[in-house]
Amino acid sequence: MTTDHPHSEWSGAMFDILRDAGVTLFTHVPDAGNDRLVALAEANNETRALLLTSEEEGIAICAGADLVGQRGILCMQSSGLGNCTNHLSLAKGGRFPLLMMISMRGDYGEQNPWQYPMGEAAETILRAMGVLIFRVESRDELEDATRAALNASGPGGQAAAIVLSQKFLGAKAF
Amino acid sequence: MANFPNGEIDRRELLPQLFPSIESWLFVSGLAGASKDTAALTGDGPNLYSMAGTMGAAVPMGLGMALSAPESNVAVITGDGELLMGVGALITVASAAPQNLTIVCIDNSMHGETGGQPGHTSATADLAKIAEGSGIASVLTISRPNEISRAVEFLGTAPGPRFLIARVLPTPPSAFKRNMDMAACRVRFRENFLS
Repeated sequence: MTTDHPHSEWSGAMFDILRDAGVTLFTHVPDAGNDRLVALAEANNETRALLLTSEEEGIAICAGADLVGQRGILCMQSSGLGNCTNHLSLAKGGRFPLLMMISMRGDYGEQNPWQYPMGEAAETILRAMGVLIFRVESRDELEDATRAALNASGPGGQAAAIVLSQKFLGAKAF
Repeated sequence: MANFPNGEIDRRELLPQLFPSIESWLFVSGLAGASKDTAALTGDGPNLYSMAGTMGAAVPMGLGMALSAPESNVAVITGDGELLMGVGALITVASAAPQNLTIVCIDNSMHGETGGQPGHTSATADLAKIAEGSGIASVLTISRPNEISRAVEFLGTAPGPRFLIARVLPTPPSAFKRNMDMAACRVRFRENFLS
């Protein structure tokens, strides 16, 4: 891994916190925002990265891991959240303490008009399905938001999403 | 158009023959019919997490369980409609390749819970080819009662992940009233497994 990748430094910090909290299964649909985090999960022998066909699989996979006492995380772009809504019944109705890392599109500085509808809807969907939001707008918020989401989804028993804003990630040029 | 044999298996007699040793499995079941059949098999036991919604979640939930409990035998029991809604999960299962995962599709070729509307497997969709094309290691289709013994051998000896399609008669599922509290059933499953 190159250290000059724009997401390398914070991804390393987040990965260490997640791994130390016992997150072992990193389910994901690839995105520039989770690329480095997933690469760390692939490289570490205590964690496993699992490529999904569609994001909602990650909700069910993490619920299955929870049933046998393990912790997973679903890493995806905000557009993928729309695919997850029905399966998030497991969070709201089943009280599965699901954990998500959502890299925003259709957010601050977005140039692709296709990304705005789901970008605008993402937090509304999360709230509607009972998922707590821990938003990161700047680098100094990352560790606290990650630990807060882990507390909520571990001992707190809540579903939780770490939402990385485009102000933090930087908008992709088109 | 594909020319599939009609299913001649009574679904209410299938699972007890496939799973004579109930306690040695962790079960996940999808939606109403397959969940009723599996609840009848286990007596709605604590080694079953049965669903009645989240259509398409059964296979990936079983995958998460199998990857996270590699010493356990995990069986997903679901129907053709539930499975097809999340059919991409077969691709994810094949890539992850857990040896301890078994998927049984009770294929009645219809949406039984909503009025028996014909499903895709009644005409053109070939679940076995979909599974094989996804890269699932072992795939078997049975449609007659005298083939169930082959299926038992398949579940016991074929390399995982294994996918069994059982084409069944258009009967109702097993009559069984199960616990529908999805949060309480989560706690029940975890307490049983983690104790």
